[in-house]
This record gives sequence, C-alpha cells and structure tokens, in this order.
Amino acid sequence: MHRNPARPMSPHLTVWKWGPHMLVSILHRVTGGALSTVGVLAFVWWLAAAATGEEAYKTFTDHADNWYGVLVGVGLSWAFFMKTLAGIRHLVMDIGAGYEISANKFWATMTVSGSALLTALLWFYILVVRA
Amino acid sequence: MKQGTAIGRVRGLGSARSGTHHWWLGRLTSVSTLLLFVWLLVSLLRLPRLDHEMVTEWLASPLAAVPMVLLIVSTFWHTKLGMQVIIEDYVHDEGMKLFTLTLLNFFVIGLGALAFFSVLKIAFGGDASPS
Repeated sequence: MHRNPARPMSPHLTVWKWGPHMLVSILHRVTGGALSTVGVLAFVWWLAAAATGEEAYKTFTDHADNWYGVLVGVGLSWAFFMKTLAGIRHLVMDIGAGYEISANKFWATMTVSGSALLTALLWFYILVVRA
Repeated sequence: MKQGTAIGRVRGLGSARSGTHHWWLGRLTSVSTLLLFVWLLVSLLRLPRLDHEMVTEWLASPLAAVPMVLLIVSTFWHTKLGMQVIIEDYVHDEGMKLFTLTLLNFFVIGLGALAFFSVLKIAFGGDASPS
C-alpha cells in the first residue's frame, strides 16, 4: 500500500494515529475510575480500621505492608498523580490555554512522565529513605 | 406524543439555566480535592510513623480532623460527579442507566458517611480519661 504518512488520517478509532493527548485523555478516565473504586475502598478501609481499633488497623497495615499491598499502593499512587496532573492540565485548558499542537503535545507528555517520576520519588522515599 | 423535530419541541421554552452546573461543580471540587490531598500527603509523610496510635492521635486534632472531613466531602462529591459522566457515556439503556446511577449514589454516600463517621469517632472518641 502506498501511503504518505504525513497526510492527515481519517478520524476513525481503528485507524487514528495515536498522539499523547489521546493517551492522557483515556488515562484520565481510567485512573479516575480506578481511584473512584479501588482508591475509595482502600481509603475508607484505612479510616474505618483506624476508628475501629488497634486490631482492625493492624489487619489493614498487615495487608498494606505485604507485597500485594505495596503493588496496589504503587498503582493507586500512580493513578492519583496521573489523574492529578491530567486534571491540572484540564484546568489550564478550561481557561483556553494550551491548545497549540506543540504545547498540547508537550504538556500531554509531561503529565504521563511526571506521574511516573512522582510515583518513583514517593516510593523511593517510602521504601528506601524511610525504611 | 407531539410530532416534530427535537429542536422544534424545545424551541421557545428557554434555557434550563443549569447546563453548566455539573461541569462547574466538577471543577470546583477538583480544586478543593487537589488542595486537600496535597495537605493529606504532606501530613502523612511528616508523621514519624503510621501506626494506629500515631494516626489516631494526629486525626484527633481539630487541625487534622476538619481538613479530613472536608477532604471526604470534596473527594466523594467529585467521585460522584466524575463517575456519573462515565456511566452516562457508556450505559445507554435507560433502565440500566437509572439502576447504575442509583447504585453509584448509594456507593458514594454510604462509603462517604462511613469515612466521615470514622473521623468523627476518632476526633470525639478520644480516651475515657476524666477531663
């Protein structure tokens, strides 16, 4: 097939050329959904356990300190940073800024790499500096 | 049911004046949730330990309990608004949509109440020592 890749592509889900803005868009929704379910449940469990007593709290921390607990924690913290940075990007775009293609691409990329960096820094602090 | 196009049926009735209400509440709660989570993250990282005694002692202070209940209201409200948009986007069957949205409200208000009460119990419960 002879196709000039520089030409714009037809706007259809299966043939659309993926860009960072599309990745951020769907990640914003997916991380929002994850935080609304897993994140909310973990948060409420933590608070309710603290209010119930020492034993219930220990059950929570025993799970949280386990390898799968850390895995969920890393996932939730990444989702939190991703959703937060993408959300701030949305607030900027709500005032009408950041729509130029180069700026839009740059900040879309920065939300994804920024969330990875913040997650790495947080868990480096938790697992290496504090432990 | 009257014949005619959708636009013809609503023309002249005026605006419901609530078109941007959901969107605006979403933005408002996004900013408050952001500020309160920065507070929570910094507060938790500043605590020397995260065991039961330390966490409950910290949460019992008014300067921790009040931002925490605000955080719960802000976050759970934002969760409800965001999940509602996701459900409305993907659940097209009217009956199923009504059911899912009802479930969402029960989920958010129920767990929000549990989290809210947990903070109050820690803040007001204290120890039984005479004052």
